[in-house]
Amino acid sequence: MSFERIQEKLAILADAAKYDVSCSSSGSKRNNTTKGLGNATGMGICHSYTEDGRCVSLLKILLTNHCIYDCAYCVTRKSNDIKRTAFKVQEVVDLTINFYRRNYIEGLFLSSGIFKNADYTMERLVAVAKKLRLEENFHGYIHLKSIPGASDELMREAGLYADRLSVNIEIPSKKGLKLLAPDKNHDDFIKPMEKVKNEIIQYNSEKKIIKSTPIYAPAGQSTQMIIGASGENDYQIMHTSNHFYKNYNLKRVYYSGYVPISDDSRLPQIGTAVPMLRENRLYQTDWLMRFYGFEVNEILNTDFKHLDLDIDPKLSWALRNLHEFPVDINTASKRMLARIPGVGMKSVYKILMARKHRRLSWEHLKSLGIALNRAKYFMVCNSPFFEAKDLTPEIIKWKILQESKSKFSNVLTNQLSLFN
Amino acid sequence: MNPFNLIYDGSFDGFLTCVFEAFQYKQKQVEFQKEHSVQHHMFSDGTYVITDTTKANRVWKGLSKKLSSHGVRDIYYAFLSEMDRIETLLFDYILKVFSTDKHIETDFSDPTILKISKIVKQVGREKHRMEAFVRFKLTKDDWYFANIEPDFDVLPLIAKHFKERYADQRWMIYDIKRQYALCYNLDTIEFMTMEFNKDLDFTKNDGAFFATEELEFQELWKNYFNSSTIKSRKNLKLHIKHVPKRYWKYLSEKQN
Repeated sequence: MSFERIQEKLAILADAAKYDVSCSSSGSKRNNTTKGLGNATGMGICHSYTEDGRCVSLLKILLTNHCIYDCAYCVTRKSNDIKRTAFKVQEVVDLTINFYRRNYIEGLFLSSGIFKNADYTMERLVAVAKKLRLEENFHGYIHLKSIPGASDELMREAGLYADRLSVNIEIPSKKGLKLLAPDKNHDDFIKPMEKVKNEIIQYNSEKKIIKSTPIYAPAGQSTQMIIGASGENDYQIMHTSNHFYKNYNLKRVYYSGYVPISDDSRLPQIGTAVPMLRENRLYQTDWLMRFYGFEVNEILNTDFKHLDLDIDPKLSWALRNLHEFPVDINTASKRMLARIPGVGMKSVYKILMARKHRRLSWEHLKSLGIALNRAKYFMVCNSPFFEAKDLTPEIIKWKILQESKSKFSNVLTNQLSLFN
Repeated sequence: MNPFNLIYDGSFDGFLTCVFEAFQYKQKQVEFQKEHSVQHHMFSDGTYVITDTTKANRVWKGLSKKLSSHGVRDIYYAFLSEMDRIETLLFDYILKVFSTDKHIETDFSDPTILKISKIVKQVGREKHRMEAFVRFKLTKDDWYFANIEPDFDVLPLIAKHFKERYADQRWMIYDIKRQYALCYNLDTIEFMTMEFNKDLDFTKNDGAFFATEELEFQELWKNYFNSSTIKSRKNLKLHIKHVPKRYWKYLSEKQN
């Protein structure tokens, strides 16, 4: 392969792919049983981190940045005046294999602009994955984009070679989609997601009966929403997210703060700050839903539609529900331990293990590494001392903010001063 | 009373043999010294313990009965940290394990156990980092060669990972600090002691040694790495937290 040409294509097509935030390479079950290359089992690995602090785990590229659509929020939109190029199938295969052999990556994340039509594009994505699996005996991780509108047959084939499939809904509401991507149809996003969901269910149930059933998209499906481009509030975003988790069994929903790339008057202008703090709060909420046993309605509901920026969503929930506290560390259920601000799931585990041996005091909790500056107002332990006695939510919040320094303090002062 | 002072060869089996001897003579106060770091004048009364795998295995089996598979593995992990007086800490722990019928390995409110669990975490993190930060370079004679300089002796811990992953290529990972390598010849995996010329600069790509396309792929990788950064989200503090500077010199994407 010609080094210079590949060099140029890679620069363009990696640059265009970088707004897709998913880089997960975990959760697959592809054992290297044939003495081939690669072994995608269990844990993901971040081989490097970009200067913006995001993980580099997969070779994340577009097959092409030619596109027939004109979505306002997208750099590869038809009307954007940029250099267009495309990889050949073999070029992507060679890059993946050679990067993988050098331990640069866990595998490939292949997306694409839409050229000609959905099926034509999907066919080429599938061709890359197929070649890697069948010709190169590659067992590394492959993440393919499901192209909205692609046929059921192609989606079925894609899942046989890919570990994960994803279709980005990008805009959380139908109204927003209509405004920013008028030629796209909401149902076209849903169809491949539905198809893959059903295939996964079917393959899993067949596998229970016939052991030799091939694996189908073992790392499941994910999607992504852009935050801050189309005016949805946190309540709408997280309820949409919850809908996808519940109805399509998604493994992950990603939230991507909108990076202004266009002069389009429908969008935030170039130079507008990326809403990174808000993005962070949405991820925290997502975690509370997936790992901490919270229902989305507890955190965001019709009375409370915007997440606090100055405190995390668990603390915010706790302050609105002080009647649930204090929690007794030595007797409380796992569910309630997980609800104490400043106590993460790893700390919950350590508390559950350690309290079997003796009643825990403040000193024990401190040495276990629990963030007592927040947690102490919401719990009692083997000590007569209880911090939050008679304190109001406002005072607790004030005390916590006094004692802690947010990594977002710069952003926070700027964003909050807008309201003063 | 003077502590029971044991000198051993520095291997894990050697350490377990020492534990066996200490139990044999019912000693609870034990000092350990590695053979190559013995300071003769300080501990002139030290006893040299010859590594005996039968004895080591008996200790290991005994531990396996009292601890979960994770628990015994943790003892090995902590040992590989090579931290100052790690043997004494582990010995205290082993005494505790054998002195009770209770399942104590998750008693995180016990200072010894908490300390060991923290060390294990550090070693585990270093192992994971090496699985991530190893960068193979293709040599002229078709070996994928990488060099590392880990904080702890994690080469034995990453062998399985690399063997499963790179089953169809010959590779070698060399620990510069400890001067030994892990080699896979398409068939078996071996540890080899090796010394390179002291002047050899491992950060350079010697054209006489590496394949011609090797440099091109390093360039492509660097190019990819730079293209994936979103400039308006630049956050070097976070970058350095994930990729601490001491690892940069062997990461091709961080070379100019």
